[in-house]
Amino acid sequence: MSLDKATVARIAALARIRVAEEDLDGLARELSNIMGWIEQLNAVDTEGVPPMSRAADQKLRWREDKVTDGGIPEKVLANAPAAKDGFFTVPKVIE
Amino acid sequence: MAAAALTDLTLAEARDGLLAKEFSARELVEAHLKAMEAGRGLNAFLTETPERALAGAEEADTRIAAGEARALEGVPLGIKDLFCTEGVATTAASRILEGFTPPYESTVTRNLWDAGAVMLGKTNLDEFAMGSSNTTSHFGPVENPWRRKGDNRPLVPGGSSGGSAAAVAAHLCPGAMATDTGGSIRQPAAFCGVVGLKPTYGRCSRYGIVAFASSLDQAGPITRTVRDGAILLRSMAGFDARDSTSVQREVPDFEAALARPLKGLKVGVPKEYRVDGMDPEIDALWQKGIEWLKDAGLEAVEIGLPHTQYALPAYYILAPAEASSNLARYDGVRYGHRAEGGSELLDMYEVTRGEGFGAEVRRRIMIGTYVLSAGYYDAYYLKAQKVRTLIARDFAAAFNQVDVILTPTAPGAAFAIGEKEDDPISMYLNDVFTVPASLAGLPGISVPAGTDGDGLPLGLQLVAPSFDEETMIAAAAAIEARAGFDGGGAAAAGGGA
Repeated sequence: MSLDKATVARIAALARIRVAEEDLDGLARELSNIMGWIEQLNAVDTEGVPPMSRAADQKLRWREDKVTDGGIPEKVLANAPAAKDGFFTVPKVIE
Repeated sequence: MAAAALTDLTLAEARDGLLAKEFSARELVEAHLKAMEAGRGLNAFLTETPERALAGAEEADTRIAAGEARALEGVPLGIKDLFCTEGVATTAASRILEGFTPPYESTVTRNLWDAGAVMLGKTNLDEFAMGSSNTTSHFGPVENPWRRKGDNRPLVPGGSSGGSAAAVAAHLCPGAMATDTGGSIRQPAAFCGVVGLKPTYGRCSRYGIVAFASSLDQAGPITRTVRDGAILLRSMAGFDARDSTSVQREVPDFEAALARPLKGLKVGVPKEYRVDGMDPEIDALWQKGIEWLKDAGLEAVEIGLPHTQYALPAYYILAPAEASSNLARYDGVRYGHRAEGGSELLDMYEVTRGEGFGAEVRRRIMIGTYVLSAGYYDAYYLKAQKVRTLIARDFAAAFNQVDVILTPTAPGAAFAIGEKEDDPISMYLNDVFTVPASLAGLPGISVPAGTDGDGLPLGLQLVAPSFDEETMIAAAAAIEARAGFDGGGAAAAGGGA
């Protein structure tokens, strides 16, 4: 599996990670190597095998649908890089 | 008792000495704070919390005097900087968590404080626990307190819990908290000549531990003896409603399990772990381990774990996929680093994440994003999940025949800082023996068992069935007793002795 520069740029955009143009080639090589190594999984016959999504063989627990936490806006906002009037603030989204 | 002698005590000895009033918690904590200061060159701690440690010691001394000591009263610990600690900066060794001070406490550390333990500080790690050498930390690598004979080049402590392993080996603390996703407790323990215990997935709550791969992450202790690991695990473990995968099950007295009879049990030796080009010193140590367990009354049985070779590539789909999802939360809005000058929201996200994450974390997020993206999900992610089922089935079949499995912990000893940095895959291969049990959710322990020709420590790994840490601990103690491993050299290097 070889990933080209355009594919890596697309993945970076999906991952919301800014990658400098001059770093794309190197990254494409690294990711291609890793994906190439991963290809060996194709040798495994997984016909009819169910996927395993968690280690513990258990059903997720249910609980009553009620609020168990909250009422601490100052704690929630304490680490915000920018906050105002009880809200997180971000750069403008629309003109 | 001299300060140096206090840092040479095992955790069990420290606990018992406090209760017998041979020394005070204050003396014990001060001795370790002094050792930490002398050992700063190792870069094992990212944050030291001496004031908090001394306040904790004072409370412990009051309780001990009043006859109200709890299980870990006055015992000082290092905490991997992946556990959220209320009011104490938590970085995950990443720039992106710059300035973050958790407003809440992780359940595992809360359990430890409720048992009377005292925090000395937060230990260094690979960024977001992604690495096997502790070289991906934004705050610089940790040095292994061990050196090769006649060679003073600094070596890696392993990773990702490199700071915890180095601190315990250098006697900066008698025990430390660590986490293991694919080997991050066991591999650094092997590299530093200490004991690393990864419990069964679900045994310890993940609440408040910075998430890497949620279906694999599990907390565990790093200590100098098996007994000390058993003591810490008992206080760490337990059901927690705040972790949806926490298991509702009674926590056994793991320390009592050390005395369990082993006669008549069977130890499995998986033939697939004898990989091509295996280091003969590792192989020889493995054979010794088999003999030690036979001497303890176990019968050795060759077993097959046929999908072993596929564990690592499956892991490098599953763990990055989960990481890409978990790390989506770091966007510069609610906490941590935010890039300057982003004029639009999308721009702000991209620049923040581009400069906030280090190279290995960016690489894994991108692999994860790719294998989960439209058109590739079935070919990679679903395929890896199916291979994971086959690996878990291999272990289940093996445990129909045997009670515990013995393997080497890592394919080699500690390497020099800077080695294996050019090729991510050669770094990933460090975890070839630890990843399979992680995928199956099984408990594993690394016990220091000997040294190689360069005088560096090597570890043996035991793996047990789900929630049978007790048999694993008993077998680990049998190896420990017969190996006669001497970790003294590391303590001298760290300034702890």
